[in-house]
Amino acid sequence: MTRGPTWFNITSLVAGFAFLYLPIVLLVIYSFNESRLVTVWGGFSTKWYASLLQNDQLVDAAWVTLRVAFTSATLATVIGTMAALVLVRSGRFAGRSLFSGMIFAPLVMPEVILGLSLLLLFVAMDTARGFWTVMLAHTTFASCYVAVVVQSRLVGFDKSIEEAAEDLGCPPARTFFLITLPIILPGVIAGWMLAFTLSLDDLVIASFTTGPGATTLPMKIYSQVRLGVTPEINAVCTILVAFVTVGVIAASIVTKRQQAQRERDERAAFGAEG
Amino acid sequence: MDEEHIPAPARRTLGGWLLIGVPYLWLLIFFLAPFLIVFKISLSQVAIAIPPYTPTFDLGEGWQAIWDGVTEFSVENYLWLTEDALYWKSYLSSVIIAGISTLLTLLIGYPIAYGMARSPQSLRPTLLMLVILPFWTSFLIRVYAWIGILKNEGLLNQLLLSLGLISEPLTILNTNIAVYIGIVYSYLPFLVLPLYASLERLDGSLLEAAEDLGCPPWKAFWKITVPLSLPGVIAGCFLVFIPAVGEFVIPDLLGGSDTLMIGKTLWSEFFNNRDWPVSSAVAVILLLILVIPIVLFQNQQQKMSENN
Repeated sequence: MTRGPTWFNITSLVAGFAFLYLPIVLLVIYSFNESRLVTVWGGFSTKWYASLLQNDQLVDAAWVTLRVAFTSATLATVIGTMAALVLVRSGRFAGRSLFSGMIFAPLVMPEVILGLSLLLLFVAMDTARGFWTVMLAHTTFASCYVAVVVQSRLVGFDKSIEEAAEDLGCPPARTFFLITLPIILPGVIAGWMLAFTLSLDDLVIASFTTGPGATTLPMKIYSQVRLGVTPEINAVCTILVAFVTVGVIAASIVTKRQQAQRERDERAAFGAEG
Repeated sequence: MDEEHIPAPARRTLGGWLLIGVPYLWLLIFFLAPFLIVFKISLSQVAIAIPPYTPTFDLGEGWQAIWDGVTEFSVENYLWLTEDALYWKSYLSSVIIAGISTLLTLLIGYPIAYGMARSPQSLRPTLLMLVILPFWTSFLIRVYAWIGILKNEGLLNQLLLSLGLISEPLTILNTNIAVYIGIVYSYLPFLVLPLYASLERLDGSLLEAAEDLGCPPWKAFWKITVPLSLPGVIAGCFLVFIPAVGEFVIPDLLGGSDTLMIGKTLWSEFFNNRDWPVSSAVAVILLLILVIPIVLFQNQQQKMSENN
């Protein structure tokens, strides 16, 4: 579409973005509220942030969550990237439809079903539940998201460079690390970040698959939210929102720079040839 | 992708097999096997034990034991689901709540996607980023943010009271209305993104041609824009509807005690009643209900990728 926006378009955009952002902005503002009553403004204060640091349970939960998110995102990135390569590059093989079905199904599957089924698996395997079971559960559903993100990067990929390397005798594994990986790297990084935030956010699957000693931050937040809105929870949420927002914006700036650099390099290379 | 027309490579190296094998095995163990276990347990009986069900069979005891187990399978849990009105009411009301919410999301999302597609080219990446960003922030936090706004002494009621629009606080929290708001808010990006993608591709010259031929703008919108954006509308609606049916966090935190949704029923059956066989049966039926929209969605996606 090329025609300019009308007043109606501008109004609906402003209203739409206000709807999307206002609740989060209000939550952030009220985390700096002096008063314990969440809905009455009692002046600016950072005391809730200070009291957070003294809350050992919350700090512990945050630590567990970060460890789970980091490990599962890293593992999911490896498995998801492999799965994406299989979907785009491996051609036909027996059971391919089942494979792609298993990649796409978790994206729309209700979390309660994923959580319940994984828990029953861990019970059947007689594994002690805790950090490792949550980590494995998160790896499983996050790797499907990574696969989809990396796949979209692989589809628009010039295969001839890879073929050239292989024709010159470069073994496949080396070709992957020298040629394929650097080109799909933005997709892989985006996949890792998505996996990390999915794990950071997850309440339902973690609640099913966790065990004693591995309470994650969302579980902690959830159990306190059920008791009511408190400024402390607002403060935790604000930190999480800030953390994720900074991460996503930083990543998008880095990716854009890299893209621009690559385009400059390509132009320079072609310029030198001519 | 059309699976039939993908050629198999002339020869596959050991590395090639390993590449397929690792993710395949992972998904078989952690995705497919768990479903078979859920199905198995849904056919077993509840027991006061840890774990709280009577195993129907044990793979370690040989075929005879498996056969004995199979003959002991009971559909009792499924019969129970039909007898207790709570379950079918939960399924029905989940589908209705998800349906209404999807429609509301479409009504709110369409003007946003349309406005984005009509905005200057230079502004579009920023707008796109603004739509995606809330999707990265925690789902739980976004739902929680609404509690402070919607409750009786919350910010919305304070605003309306001070403006003199209402004389008594409205009860919104712990009603189905709060659940609609929560679902629309949480899933809006899922609808706007595919819709924007199809609206952006729309050829503006078609609208100009219609205008030149004397077609009023509203009619041109109805006859050209809407039909051409239909693939985006359908994709977006599925992406909202399917996860909304099994939603747990939103009805639990924003809904009332009379808000019935199957995700909530399954959760309380599992965590409060500790009835694993019945919650497994609930999960199996929920999966069967969702298979229909999921298959429709995948067919539609396939058609779309073939057209491009």
